Amino acid sequence: MKVPRCKGTRDLLPQDMAKFRRIESAFRDCCLGWGYQEIRTPVLEYLHLFTSAGTLSPDMLGRVYSFLDWDGWSGERVALRPDGTIPAARLYVENFQNLPVAKLFYLENMFAFEGTGKESRERWQCGAELIGVSRLEGDVELISIALEAMERLGIKHVQLRLAHAGVLKSFLNKLGLSGEKEAEALEQVFSGNLDVLGALKGKKPEMEKALQLLFGVKGSSPGFVENLRGTLAPSIPELAPCLDELSRIASLLTGLGFSYQIDFTSGKGFEYYTGIIFGFYSGGRRLGGGGRYDELIPLVGGKNVSASGFALYIDELMGLVKDAPGRERILVRAKDAEGLKPSLAVARSLREAGYIAEFDLGYKDVAAFRWIVNMRSSGGTELIDQRSGKKQRRASAEELKKLLEETG
Amino acid sequence: MRVKLALPKGELQNSTAELLEESGFAVGDYRDGSRSYRPRCESFPDLFLKVFHEKDIAIQVAIGNYDLGICRVEWVEELLAKYHSDAVVKVQDLGYGKRSLYAVAAGKRSLEQMKSRSDSLRIVSEYPNLAEIFALKQRLRRFQIFPVWGAAAVYPPENAELAIIAETSPERLREQGLAPVAKLLEGGACLVANRDSMEKKALGRLLAALSCKNGGVSEVRDSAASEEGVRTQYRGASKPVVSLALPDGHQQRHTVAFLNKAGLEVDGYNVGRALSRPRVGLEGVMVKVVRPQDMPLQVANGNFDLAITGVDWLRDHLYRFPSSPVAELLPLGFGKVRIVAVVSKDMPVSGAEDLRKMRRDSALRVASEYVNIADRYAHDNHLVPYKLIPTWGASEAFLPEDADVLIENTETGSTISRHNLKVIDTLFESTACLIGNTEAIRKPGKRDKITALVENMRKGVGASCVS
Repeated sequence: MKVPRCKGTRDLLPQDMAKFRRIESAFRDCCLGWGYQEIRTPVLEYLHLFTSAGTLSPDMLGRVYSFLDWDGWSGERVALRPDGTIPAARLYVENFQNLPVAKLFYLENMFAFEGTGKESRERWQCGAELIGVSRLEGDVELISIALEAMERLGIKHVQLRLAHAGVLKSFLNKLGLSGEKEAEALEQVFSGNLDVLGALKGKKPEMEKALQLLFGVKGSSPGFVENLRGTLAPSIPELAPCLDELSRIASLLTGLGFSYQIDFTSGKGFEYYTGIIFGFYSGGRRLGGGGRYDELIPLVGGKNVSASGFALYIDELMGLVKDAPGRERILVRAKDAEGLKPSLAVARSLREAGYIAEFDLGYKDVAAFRWIVNMRSSGGTELIDQRSGKKQRRASAEELKKLLEETG
Repeated sequence: MRVKLALPKGELQNSTAELLEESGFAVGDYRDGSRSYRPRCESFPDLFLKVFHEKDIAIQVAIGNYDLGICRVEWVEELLAKYHSDAVVKVQDLGYGKRSLYAVAAGKRSLEQMKSRSDSLRIVSEYPNLAEIFALKQRLRRFQIFPVWGAAAVYPPENAELAIIAETSPERLREQGLAPVAKLLEGGACLVANRDSMEKKALGRLLAALSCKNGGVSEVRDSAASEEGVRTQYRGASKPVVSLALPDGHQQRHTVAFLNKAGLEVDGYNVGRALSRPRVGLEGVMVKVVRPQDMPLQVANGNFDLAITGVDWLRDHLYRFPSSPVAELLPLGFGKVRIVAVVSKDMPVSGAEDLRKMRRDSALRVASEYVNIADRYAHDNHLVPYKLIPTWGASEAFLPEDADVLIENTETGSTISRHNLKVIDTLFESTACLIGNTEAIRKPGKRDKITALVENMRKGVGASCVS
């Protein structure tokens, strides 16, 4: 009986893994270069870490893989982590609360149920968290890291879109919905579904203008934010400080030469966001995003510490990263029984020099190899360059390496 | 073409029989008290009928074993709450068996007050999936869901803050000293269909006949706060109270006899239908009557210090949770049953070895109320690949159509052979036993009382042996 792959999961084949590792190393190098340190949290966390934060929506929590393990007699459920930031916040509270600033990054898999089984229920993310910095320069630093990492991967034309959680929250609050309705609307907006706002048309005429301006117009300069402030703040004063913050970040980004779009329909994110929300897009696909979440650390039991962070979706990046040229392979053959021992030694020294040196296990397809090394007990070593068809004899491994470098 | 209809056992049975009769599908041998799991419909010989526990019906229809089923809406919702599936279609409200699902508490506190608690909120329910959705929607910060087989109403306030229970009206809840804090849904008996069957099979005649009844099933979320119906905590709760759980159901009669021998008078337990909170003439001892299946988990969680249940349920619990702080304190000797593996008489196997060697194209379907014992049995006997089918009673009905093997208890084996089944293996023998929370029995305030109770019961065991 053939056992199929579990529904909603995916295998990463060698060519996928090659891309995965490229993304991983580009992201790691980039973060280490910015002074961030790598962490890895466990795949299993108590479910109540995510419920007690009060920060994942009921819809998201309803799709968390959670179960009772062998200690589960107390009814305490464990969950496969659905999010990278909340466990990172827990880790910070447990270990780094005494540090003034913690700069952390991770590469982790997240799990969430997806009904059709067509998309993977396991998703890989690489993310960074900057904890203890309230200055807006921190958010700009995170945006820079994300863009730099993607640049290193050769991903071009990444669009940066900005929104602000405070603007979305004060706008919804001003609609005067009941507590439950407001929470539902917020959940919808943060999950990227703006239909809920369309449904409000006509019901609150005085809010129509704000609705139009916030969700119908997109800007690309601090001036746009100033315009919004000038028009909307008189009627919704709560918007003023949020728009001021957004304007300052926009100025910083402009100063650094980044282009961006201010687009409140891109406010997809988590309910734990409190300030700026940013998203990275390419060809209509969302590659990642992040934002400020100043209330999260106290919600998971820590001190009142500011924080912001972002994550890039590795599965999306893999679709954009080009195949790296594979390293060339060398086939090492012992042509007789006596040739076996010297061929082992030669293969080893070739590997140490950074080549892929494989033994001949009766390969039919020798064309896949750039070079073939034939070892005989008598008569030394023969090197065949399959590209040029040239055959050369060399006595020692050292000479062989030199020859390989020359023909490289 | 053969059409398969799953019919409910229990409360809905008589009304469903009437409905079938009115619709021209008179079914013999189905009314209350009938022992057959496969009633027949003379006027429609192509109709295959089987009787299940209500909770199993939604599942059986969803997985496509049955084209149609009749059960209460809440069981369909309970299934869909966890398993987002479009395989079940609610076809028709049948207009009877009306009741609603409430979140109830025993006290005056509102849901908002409970939500502000910093410690964990215990929720007990026969509908654990709906309970979880409720907790998430209400954004409860920390909660524990205790799934129970029944008697959920008995738990608050001592053993749970909230219970999610089905009842016909808020008044009925208040009569039990419970206050509804939210209504989750309302409904009653409904006709459900497998989507695939609806799309591909000609069910028209049956659907038309059963759909003559009309009504509306709606989901509502208005809260129904109440001032009345306040159940107070057990008096003397300030002092450490030892709590004892006694079984309802068929173990009750034996337990009464045993307690008498042990010299323990439990007022209100020694009657046909026991009070849920009978009184025992011992200072500082509280007694509740709950399902024996639920006791090990409840004792592990310290909701009860002691309980009289069966070795079978203790094992089922410990197989699942080996680190659980619950242990057998005293074997009580009565209620002896064997836990056995059962197959259809027509199946050419005589032991686990044969099952293992049996050639099959799909996974072996192992049905049981004892999910963890069944899992262990299938695993230990290398019956891979296998699939567990949890059942909620009337388990013999599953064989042979809807399961291949059944792990079941039997006293004499007569029920098994009456259903054309045979025992191929005995897993172990189970009797009633006293179980206790291993942490509670060491607590200074409780230790002496527990020791005294255990000693009393030990005498009861001795008396049983002599008699």
